[in-house]
Parts: sequence; C-alpha cells; structure tokens
Amino acid sequence: MTTNTSPLLSVQDLKVAYGGIHAVKGINLEINKGELVALIGANGAGKTTTLKTLVGMVKPAAGSINFDGKDTARMAPYDFVSQGLVLVPEGRGIFPRLTVEENLQMGAYYRNDKADIAHDLARVYDLFPRLKERMKQLAGTLSGGEQQMVAIGRALMSRPKLLLLDEPSMGLAPIIVQKIFEIIRMIAAEGVTMLLIEQNAKLALETANRGYVMESGLITVADDSKTLLANPAIQSAYLGE
Amino acid sequence: MDHLLQHLINGLVIGSVYALIALGYTMVYGIMQLINFAHGEIVMIGAMVTITCINMLLGANVALPGILLLTIGLAMAIPVSMALGYGIERVAYRPLRNAPRLAPLITAIGLSIVLQQVATLIWGRNYRPFPPILEIKTFEIGGAVITNLQVAIIVLAIVIMAALFFLIERSKLGRAMRATAQNIDVARLMGVNTNTIISLTFVIGSALGAVAGVMVAANYDQAHAYMGFLIGLKAFTAAVLGGIGNLGGAVLGGLVLGIIESLGAGYLSDLTGGVLTSSYKDIFAFAVLILVLLFRPSGLLGERVAERA
Ligand SMILES: Nc1ncnc2c1ncn2[C@@H]1O[C@H](COP(=O)(O)OP(=O)(O)O)[C@@H](O)[C@H]1O
Ligand SMILES: [Mg+2]
Repeated sequence: MTTNTSPLLSVQDLKVAYGGIHAVKGINLEINKGELVALIGANGAGKTTTLKTLVGMVKPAAGSINFDGKDTARMAPYDFVSQGLVLVPEGRGIFPRLTVEENLQMGAYYRNDKADIAHDLARVYDLFPRLKERMKQLAGTLSGGEQQMVAIGRALMSRPKLLLLDEPSMGLAPIIVQKIFEIIRMIAAEGVTMLLIEQNAKLALETANRGYVMESGLITVADDSKTLLANPAIQSAYLGE
Repeated sequence: MDHLLQHLINGLVIGSVYALIALGYTMVYGIMQLINFAHGEIVMIGAMVTITCINMLLGANVALPGILLLTIGLAMAIPVSMALGYGIERVAYRPLRNAPRLAPLITAIGLSIVLQQVATLIWGRNYRPFPPILEIKTFEIGGAVITNLQVAIIVLAIVIMAALFFLIERSKLGRAMRATAQNIDVARLMGVNTNTIISLTFVIGSALGAVAGVMVAANYDQAHAYMGFLIGLKAFTAAVLGGIGNLGGAVLGGLVLGIIESLGAGYLSDLTGGVLTSSYKDIFAFAVLILVLLFRPSGLLGERVAERA
C-alpha cells in the first residue's frame, strides 16, 4: 500500500534504556492520518516504554521520532500535548482528588480558546453521559470503567492528532471493556488517529486497521490486522487459539 | 476562668501566624513530599528585612505614618523572601529531585543552618527590637483585651488565606497546582510546566512566611536571627497536626496549636502550683507533635499517608 502524503508519525531505529536495561532496542513505526494501529506483545515487551517515549515522558537513547513534520527530540516534555501527541496512560493516571470536570479541564490546560473548550466538554459529556452525571464527584471515587472514561475524555479535551492508548481495558470487567472499545471505535470514526496497546490482542486487532507485534524490545511482525489475525504463529502466541 | 477569653484571643493571634507559616510547609510537602526545613529561616528573614528597612527609613528621617513605614518594609521583605524561596528550590532541592528522600531532607537542615549563620553575620546575635512606629490601641471585650495590631494580624491572615484558597481551588493555575501535587507525570503530560509550578509553590509559601515573620516580630516587639527555628518547628507541628499536604488542615492545625499553647501556658503555672511558669509554653507544641505522630500521623484532616500508589 502506498500513500502520497508523508505519515503522521514516523519512528526510526528508536532505542530506549532505563540505566542498563534496554527496554526498546531499535524499532521503526509509521502511522498515517486516520489509522487505528494496534501494538501488541507480552508483558515487558517494551510497549509502554514506546508510548512514553512518543509523548516525551522518557528520553530516547537513539533514533528519531518525527511527528507531523517535526522532530520531537528538542521539545520540552510539557510541549508534546500542544503538538497533538496525547497519551491515555497505563493505569489511567487520573487526578483522584480533582472532580471529574476538573480532570477533563486539565486535558484542555494548554488551550485558551474558552468557547471551543466548552464545546469540546459538551461533546465529551455526550460521548460519556455517565461522566456528566458525576461531573462534580472526585474522580478517585469513580469505578474503574468510569475512571477510564475520564482518562479518555480528558485526552479528547487535548484535541489529539495522535491518541495513544495504553491498555485501556486493564482491570475492567468484560462488559465494560466492550463499552470502552465501542467508544474507541466511535472516536476512530470521527477521524482521530490512534495507536492502541492492548493485552487483549484479539480485541485490539479486530478493532484496528493494522498491527505491530513487539517482543523483547523489537518489532517482529507488522501487518494488516486481518493478516495478523489469520497468522498461525500470532494465533498461538497472542490470540490463545 | 476570666482569663479564658484572653488566652483564646492570644491563641487565635499566634495561631493565625502559625497557620500562614504552616501553609508554606504543607504546600511544598503536598507537591514534592519534602519538608522544607529552611522555611523557618525565610520567615525570620522576612522579619529582619522589614525591621532593617523601617530603621533605614527612620534613620533617613522619612516622616511617614507608622502603618506606611510598615507597609514599605513588608513590600521590601516579601520579594526578598520570595527570591530566597525560589533560589533554595533551584539550587538545593531541584538537583536532588530523583535522589533518595533523605538527601533533600539533610540538605534542608543544612540550608537552614547556613541561613541562620548568614543572618547572624548581617544582623548579629542579639534581639532586634521592632521599631516603635505603630500606635497600639487596646480594646476591651468581655474582660479581655485585644490590640489593634492583633486585630490587624487576624484580619490580614484571613484575607491572605481567602485569596490563597481562591487561587488554589478556583483558578486554572490552582487546578494545575493541585494536579501536579496529585500526579506530576500526568500533569506534565497535560502541558503543565511542572518546574514552574514547583517554583511558584515555594514563592507563594515564602511570601506568606515573610508576612507571618513580620506579624510575630510586630506582635512580640522583636526579632532574632534564630527565631526561625522555633517558629518553624511549631508551624511544622501545626501542619502535621492538621494533616500535612492539606491546606485546610494547615489553617486548622495552626489555630488549634496556637490555642493549645496559649491555654497551656496560661494555666501551666496554676496547675503546677507555680513550679512551671509560662516560659515553658514551648513544650506544648512538641508534646502535640509527639502525640500526633504517635496516635494520628495523618493529622486532623489528613488522608492516609500511604495513599500514593
Ligand atoms: N521505570 C523503569 N525503570 C527500569 N526498568 C523499567 C522501567 N519501566 C519499564 N522497565 C523495564 O523495561 C521493559 C519494558 O517495560 P514496558 O515498556 O513497561 O513493557 P510493556 O508495556 O510491554 O509491558 C521491562 O523489562 C521493564 O521491566
Ligand atoms: Mg505496559
């Protein structure tokens, strides 16, 4: 498949280390506008590290990250969000003693367009009516699924060009997982580009257009979701078939 | 019991001062789990700079009303304390952000000693009298007396605290400060320049400290290069009593400690048949600190300390 426009995200030979631990050992990634891409792999493969590096939480040891035509290496950690790189972190990372609404407003922290922020807030409440009911409640008192909604809603308030989701289904009951993925599909349908990490590889690949498989800090397979789902090696290793 | 009201009034006055200082400890603790032991010295320097400034104006025969002289002194002292608080964080704490927690604590204690020594070099080791520029009037209420200065201290403390609470609870900046205290990595992810927020926390706390320093100096008519140690430790006790990291707790802790100390000092002599005089009043703060740490380390309003994941 060829595209005539350059990819939204282009990662080349990225290496990341924590002291002596090499968590990411040289990976390439490309994501085009409008795609929903899954990144799957076992625990400790380096998926979270990859996402943290993409949003500037962790500095790469080597390699380059080009996002929307810009090299991200020289950006301050707090500037990534205004460039459109937005992470829904592993474990949600909500602010427990801020209200639901204050959490959502934090997503729009870098923005000053009051009217547009109010409009986006209304849109998030449309997407998550449950959050509207609980807007004045402290986020730490919500259920896990509701907290994940806060985390996703907050990310949407940042107007992401690329939304990175780190295991949004973690620790949630199956019925809530279905609900979260329904919302992910809705967001994708609105044209938001996404990179999704998931333990539930089957669900992730069924939702995504393409997938990368990561093993011990390296990307070992990259293909269309359909092809990956039909791959016997992937099936036995990640899909429990 | 006719002294009760008087003790309560005195306790409320000194308690307001403790509360202002305790807010500085608790704000810094809330955002970086650090006890800034140099905070007491910032309070002392606020008092010293104000006194020096007023004396210079008096020496130059500037004929202004006392309240104006005091205001000018404060206007000089607040920025000095703010700059000092900012500098302390930049030079002493920021490089240790990822060090084991004992390192910044030891640095804080070291800094506190250095600042005391520097203060003795500038201002000497003797008590510095607060210049008698204020016209003190006393009012009687129900057999107790309160001075116009004491009323001013309480009113000013209330105004400052109300402004602080408005900033923290209602403004976008305050929301970012609370978010930073709750999850600094995610706050940065949202575009918050968390280093600026931390600096700002020190700067605001230092401004409050400077005002508090001037309040005690004016109320007790004196200041001293070592005054920061005791008042700092008491305000720290107030912060722990209220629940360290909790702003409302710092205010409550300050007022409660002020009142305990004042009542305790007042009745100590009666209860011990004159063996212990009110000059032993300082033991109350430390007794409170030990009791709180033993029986309720989370303080009056504090959440469980182990809450952080
Ligand atoms: N903060 C850290 N310090 C040291 N090692 C880490 C840190 N975070 C992750 N690692 C290590 O890096 C590797 C990749 O971890 P991670 O990116 O979290 O994997 P995944 O998200 O795929 O489970 C693992 O070996 C993990 O132990
Ligand atoms: Mg992970």
